[in-house]
Amino acid sequence: MPSTRRPCRNCKIDYLPQRGEAGEPSALARQRAGGGNKLTVIAQLRGLERSFSNGIKALGPLDLDIEGGEFLSLLGPSGCGKSTALRIIAELLMPSAGGLAWPGGKPRIGFVFQDPTLMPWSDVRGNVRLPLDLKRVPRRESNSRAQAALARVGLSGFSDAYPRALSGGMRMRVAIARALVAKPQLLLMDEPFAALDEIGRDALNEDLLKLWREDSLTIVFVTHSVYEASFLSTRIVTLSPRPGRIVSEFRLSPPPGRTSEWRASREFVETARQVSLSLRTAVATAA
Amino acid sequence: MLRTLLPGALGLAVLFAWETMVAAYQIPRFVLPAPSAIWEALIADFPSLMTSLWTTLRITLLAFALAVATGVALAVLFSQSRMVEMALYPYAVILQVTPVVAIAPLIVIWVGFERIDLALLILAWIVAFFPILSNTTLGLRSADHNLVDLFRLHGASDWQILARLKLPSALPYLLNGMKTSGGLALIGTVVAEYGAGSGTATGLAWRIVEAGNRLQIARMFAALFLLALLGVAIFFALTLLEYLVLRKWHESAVAKEI
Repeated sequence: MPSTRRPCRNCKIDYLPQRGEAGEPSALARQRAGGGNKLTVIAQLRGLERSFSNGIKALGPLDLDIEGGEFLSLLGPSGCGKSTALRIIAELLMPSAGGLAWPGGKPRIGFVFQDPTLMPWSDVRGNVRLPLDLKRVPRRESNSRAQAALARVGLSGFSDAYPRALSGGMRMRVAIARALVAKPQLLLMDEPFAALDEIGRDALNEDLLKLWREDSLTIVFVTHSVYEASFLSTRIVTLSPRPGRIVSEFRLSPPPGRTSEWRASREFVETARQVSLSLRTAVATAA
Repeated sequence: MLRTLLPGALGLAVLFAWETMVAAYQIPRFVLPAPSAIWEALIADFPSLMTSLWTTLRITLLAFALAVATGVALAVLFSQSRMVEMALYPYAVILQVTPVVAIAPLIVIWVGFERIDLALLILAWIVAFFPILSNTTLGLRSADHNLVDLFRLHGASDWQILARLKLPSALPYLLNGMKTSGGLALIGTVVAEYGAGSGTATGLAWRIVEAGNRLQIARMFAALFLLALLGVAIFFALTLLEYLVLRKWHESAVAKEI
């Protein structure tokens, strides 16, 4: 019965429609911070905007706090500027207006793109080692760290392979190993699994959750898949069509060790339904 | 297998037809010599033809090496500074589009007949240089912009981005440019030898002019044959180089699996 209205038992959903008041800092974050919950905000986005060169606004204004240790999904329709937001957080793009602050200092950042973006002329080991090579880490140390990172994504035996010999899913695993090797505190992921088939995608989702837990990572995950966001996240922020602004925010507490079976649970279905509804309303209102 | 057998068989058939036609219609040697006569000329003049071949080959290789070095250096300079590119690129194009035959007399006068090899080198370089420059410039620009972002994210210096990302990205383009440029270096050398004129030049092109003036058509064909052979050898050498460098990773060089 997908349409049951029963409140979920295991997951906690705060549904905060924020249309029209997107300029405000997250009401929930304030309430939580004041309520004595131990939340460390690692990044503060305030009034963030980004416009195309022709003046059309692509994103914002966006106010968002990224909390330490959370798995935050930015969910929105294509072209809503969610990738732009991620690039601004990585400081690869300058905002046209507004700003970004790191209350506890700038963390080490890892970035995973939609494409694996591997260097074709370098073998898997060389690709994973890249962040260490750029920092001139001695070869012996960087090799062993690359090997360890590859083992964590399940590619131990592939360090001598060249990217073209690997499948799409394996290439993405290499890209994740490359992001992990530099021991990031904040991992930014831009629709990393969008091009994969469903089976590969589900497997990577589970593995990513495991890595997130083991390393106490903070992950900001951009996706347009309601199901992916609902499965992975501890918080989902939905964005409106261009210019992307926050429509609503969902806080979830899914079971930590969830596997693909969780996708069949009533709680998961209910979360996905509500998130999907919020997204559809946002798109419909914009149109 | 068929790829070598088929053109080989065709070549033999044409040579056979040529030989029999010349004999049957008694075509004079100074109009069209039979393949056997050309072969004889090649054997008879072998030492002098080889000397000429070496002269042409030496200048071709030097001009080619010079073209690769300067072309890559200038392309790297362009990739580092947009201003330099804007200022210099039009002149590189002008140098390229002006026919080398037209510049040859000028260069020869400037450099002087006593240093004719240098004049030939300059002329061949002018012809061979541009494909290296334009291909490498394009290649340096074609580096994956997401990878550039990733390098920046991990604090890479401009030098690291150039050495570890842009140059490897440009390699397939450069190797392709080298295939064009290698052939052009030979053409440039030959044209320059023609342009330089009598007396001083001793390359294969001059052998052809000389033999033509004396109506030694068989000798002319022999020199022509060596010239074509040289061009093919250069092309194959550079194709082999491209394969060896790219075989591990580039789509163009990797055999289909399964």
